Formats: sequence, C-alpha cells, structure tokens
Amino acid sequence: MTRAPSPSASSIFLRTVYARAYPRLVSTLGRERSWMLTEIALPLLGTIAMVYVYQALHAPRPYLGFVVLGGCMLAYWQNVLWSMATQFYWDRDNGTLELYVISPTSLFAVLLGMAFGGIVVTTARAAVVLATGSLLFGVAYEAGGVVPALGAFVVTLIALYCLGSVLAALFLFYGRDVWNLSTALQEPVYFVSGFYFPVRSLTAYVGGAASLLPLTLGLDAVRQLLLPGAVALVGPGVETLVLAAQVPFYAWLAVLAFRKLEEKARREGRLVLRGA
Amino acid sequence: MTDDLTSSIASSTPDSLPAVQTRALRRVYRATPSEVVALAGVDLDVGRGEIFGILGPNGAGKTTLIKILTTLLLPSSGSARVDGLDVVREHRVLRRRISMVSGGDVSGYGLLTVREQLWLFSQLHGMRTGEAHARIDALLERLGLAEVAHRKVSALSSGMRQKMNLIRGLVTDPRVLFLDEPTVALDVGAARDVRDEVRRWIAEDGGRTVILTTHYMHEADELCDRIAIVTRGHIVAQGTPTQLKQDVQREVVVDLSLQRGAPLLDALRSLEGVAAASVSPDDSVDRFSLHLADDAALSGVLTVVERSGRRITALGKREPTLEDAFLRLVGRSLSEEEER
Repeated sequence: MTRAPSPSASSIFLRTVYARAYPRLVSTLGRERSWMLTEIALPLLGTIAMVYVYQALHAPRPYLGFVVLGGCMLAYWQNVLWSMATQFYWDRDNGTLELYVISPTSLFAVLLGMAFGGIVVTTARAAVVLATGSLLFGVAYEAGGVVPALGAFVVTLIALYCLGSVLAALFLFYGRDVWNLSTALQEPVYFVSGFYFPVRSLTAYVGGAASLLPLTLGLDAVRQLLLPGAVALVGPGVETLVLAAQVPFYAWLAVLAFRKLEEKARREGRLVLRGA
Repeated sequence: MTDDLTSSIASSTPDSLPAVQTRALRRVYRATPSEVVALAGVDLDVGRGEIFGILGPNGAGKTTLIKILTTLLLPSSGSARVDGLDVVREHRVLRRRISMVSGGDVSGYGLLTVREQLWLFSQLHGMRTGEAHARIDALLERLGLAEVAHRKVSALSSGMRQKMNLIRGLVTDPRVLFLDEPTVALDVGAARDVRDEVRRWIAEDGGRTVILTTHYMHEADELCDRIAIVTRGHIVAQGTPTQLKQDVQREVVVDLSLQRGAPLLDALRSLEGVAAASVSPDDSVDRFSLHLADDAALSGVLTVVERSGRRITALGKREPTLEDAFLRLVGRSLSEEEER
C-alpha cells in the first residue's frame, strides 16, 4: 500500500470536528426517532407549565416571553451539562476515550465536534420551544431587537460551550459520580441564571455573581432586546461585551484544563480502565 | 533514557530502528495499603516486520506495557521508544504512526453504521474521506463484513464487532499495531479470521510490526515470530516459540488424569526427577501436566499415585507446547498464576 503524505495538524483538527459532530447530526436527522419525543416534546411541557403558572398569577404579559426565552436557553444548558460535560466520562467507560487519546487529534477538536453537533440538535429543540410557546401564548417581540438579540445569543453560545469544555475536563478527572455532579449543577444554575424570572429579582449581588455563567448574561441581554421594559442587570451592550470577554477566558481555561488533564491522567493512569 | 539507547538510536537510520525498544521500563501504581509494581524493569527489542507476542497471565503487566507503548500511560522510570520515537516526549508524532485494538472493545457509537464508524475513526488521523472509504471497503470485503457495512454497529455480533475493530486499527495504515487480547471471548471461526488478517497484513509490508498480548498459548504459538513471557512485571524469557519450547524438549512431558481425591500436586512437585507440575480440574478428573527429567522418574510418580488411592483414568506422553514452556519457566501454569 502506498503511504499517503502525512496530513497537517489543522486538517486533522477540522476533520475531527466534523467527524465527532456526525453521530449527533445523524441522530437528529431521524435515525433515532425517540429523540423527537425526549428532546423536543417533553421539555416543551416544562416551559408550557411555567407559562400557565404565570398566567394563573396574572403576571404581566412580558413575563410569558421571559419564560419562553428561558425555555429556549435552558435547552442549551442541559445539552452542555448532559451531552458535553459528561461525554468524555462515558467515552472513557466504553473505551472510546483511549482511541481519541492515542490518535493524533486533540481532545479539544473532539469536544468542539460534540459542541457543534449538540448545538444543531439543541437549536432544533429551542426553535420548537420558541415557535410553539410564542404562537400558543401570543408572545410579541420587539422586531428591531431581533438582529442584536441574535448577535448576543451567538456570543452567549460560544462562551457557554467554552465553559462546557472546561466542565468536560473537570468531570472527566474528578467525576467518579458524574450523574450526581450533573444533577448538582442543574437546578442551581436554573435558579441563578433566571430561566423563568428576571435574574435581577435575586438582587444585583447574586445576579452579578451569577454573571460568571454565560447563560445569565446572555438570557438577560436577549430578553432586554426582545422584550423592552424587562427588569435587567445592566444594559445589553455591556452584557454582550462581558460575554465576548468570557469567550477567550473560558477557551483558555479549557485548553489549559485539557493539557493538565492529559498530563496528569497519563501520569496516574486515569485514561486507562483495563487492568494491568 | 539510557546513554546506550540514545547513542544507538541517534546513529541509526529510521528503517534500521527497532520497532519497539524499552530499557529498564518500570511502572508503579499508587495503591492502598502498598503500591503495586506492574512493570519491574522491562528490556525489550522488537524488530520491524515481526509479530511479537507478550504472553502472561492476567495482571502480569501486559496491558500496562501496551498502555505505555501507546502513550496512554507514563512510565515511572526507564525508557521506551516506538518506531524510533520516545513515548514520553514525542508522543504527539508517535500517535500518527500507531494504532490499537483491544479484545471486547465496545468503543464508538452504536447508532452509526459500520462504514460510518470506521470513517469517523479514520478522520481522527486526518485521512481524506475518499481514501478512507476505499480502504474501509477493501478491508470490509477482506474480512467478510461487506454485507453488514450499512448495518448499525449496535446490531453486530461480538465476532463481527471485533473484526470491525481490527479494520479500525488497520485503516490508518499504522507502522506499529498493538493488539491487546484481540480474540478474547471470540468463537473459533472469528478468532481464526482475526489471526489470518493479522498475518496477511504483516506480510504485505515488511516495515509493519504487530505487538500482540494474549494469554492464549496456542494463539501466540501459531501467530508470533517471537514471544516474551511476562509474569509479575518481569520478562522471564523471550525468543521464538521453538526456542522457548527447546528447554522443555529435553524433558519428558506427561499428561496424567486422576479421579478426584486428596491433593497430590505438592507431593508430585517434591519428587526427584519432576522438574515441574501443574493441575487443572476438569469435570470429575484432575488433569496433571508433569515435566520429568527422564522416563525413569515416572515410576516415582506412579508410586505416589498408588499410595494416594486415586484411580488413573488416562496417562500419556506428548510433545511439549508453549504452555509447558511457561510452566517450566514460571514454575506454575498460566491458570495457577492468574489465581494467585
């Protein structure tokens, strides 16, 4: 067999991203039909239930929009937590992580692939929540805010998935009981990110601390831009700038975490599950 | 890295470098109450074009050795080079040249088809999709999996799955292929197909090398050009299967089956003229394997058996096998070693 020229590191990186996104894309595109129920229909019920709570309490109409937008963003957090942060841990259990590590690719490329695949899947879910919730409950959005809100949303996603990469490294290394760890992070983040209420209600101090999570700022910015008059932490421009600053910070932290993780794992044998 | 190893490698051209070379390789795991020495100073030289077997019981250190050579694990001390590259410092380059397939491997994604899964792993090496598909299709054909190319991985039998794993290991055309117990739990036919493909692959290109760990003696005997016998982190012998069996060939190897009864192994081992002995229970009988210095030693054996009152159900001499070589070198059979 003739030996092909060695591919460049960037080619390996890009091919890995696409290849790792592929299983998530094919599952979304109909190979696993149960996904439609578990990933779209059932989560939609949670959002609808919360809207009914607000309606029963005669909350102001913008609050229904709060809930619908919160339901959209919640999908991304769940994706980051359950399908990204925990993924390497499951991959280690079935031996796939070993194969990633001994290949010439980088774990960061694998994670990026997971993230892209996850974003596609989750965006489908978020779009259904947004469309159904908005139509069902007659939520009106500020037309002029759509484009800036999309911009803030994209920056939020980038920062969020960079944070997800950091969590993936931490979970892999410390997460003997990943299930509990994920659960422990799920509800508190729902709470401090203000998925179903304006985070400012928690006082500026708690809101400020919660701003370390891209979701908090992103959701607050998108709500301000689409639902004028919403109670907010600070202006959407400032929030988007802080989010933009979080991107390189979390990306750097993720690269650092994976470098340290691999070094330590090779030293301590933590990438290996099989016996001596 | 030792100075000797550095200078010998520096003065070599790439093709003359050994495929694998280790010196005083040691790996210790931290554990409670005391640390576990998985490798206790291993020296190994594997030439290009070889199928090299690492044979030993579970827990002998085989998998630790493989993990170090495949860059998954750092050695505690000593040095190791694969394809001329240091596994500690040059691991990123080395990963372009190696591949690993483990027995019972369930890696990957069950919802993908066989062809998609193989393509996915080829992309981690940056292969162009057209080239990857051409190689995948050829290998699927060769291993009799062409018909299931578009079947979901989750629907494969264990034999098919392991053949697919082997293709995954071959598709990136590695210089050194590591096979860690590749036929464990496979039926006879699937195990034979895997062994046949390994032989064919190595015969295609003299620059390729296979490192195989197994605790199936017959597999090592049939497949390997040379073998290292590992036990408790040490290499106790290495050579061709014929060389390893040579020591035993001077002895008389006797299989003796006795009806179950009082333990006899220690009494037999203590007899003059009995070089080694092992026993494996089988249904209602105990099968003893005895290495005798000469035929005359058999009379002592029969006396001990008679005194024990146990009935002989079968007795016969046979040609020595690798199992016998292992017993002679280690003093216990492979299964006894695993139980310790």
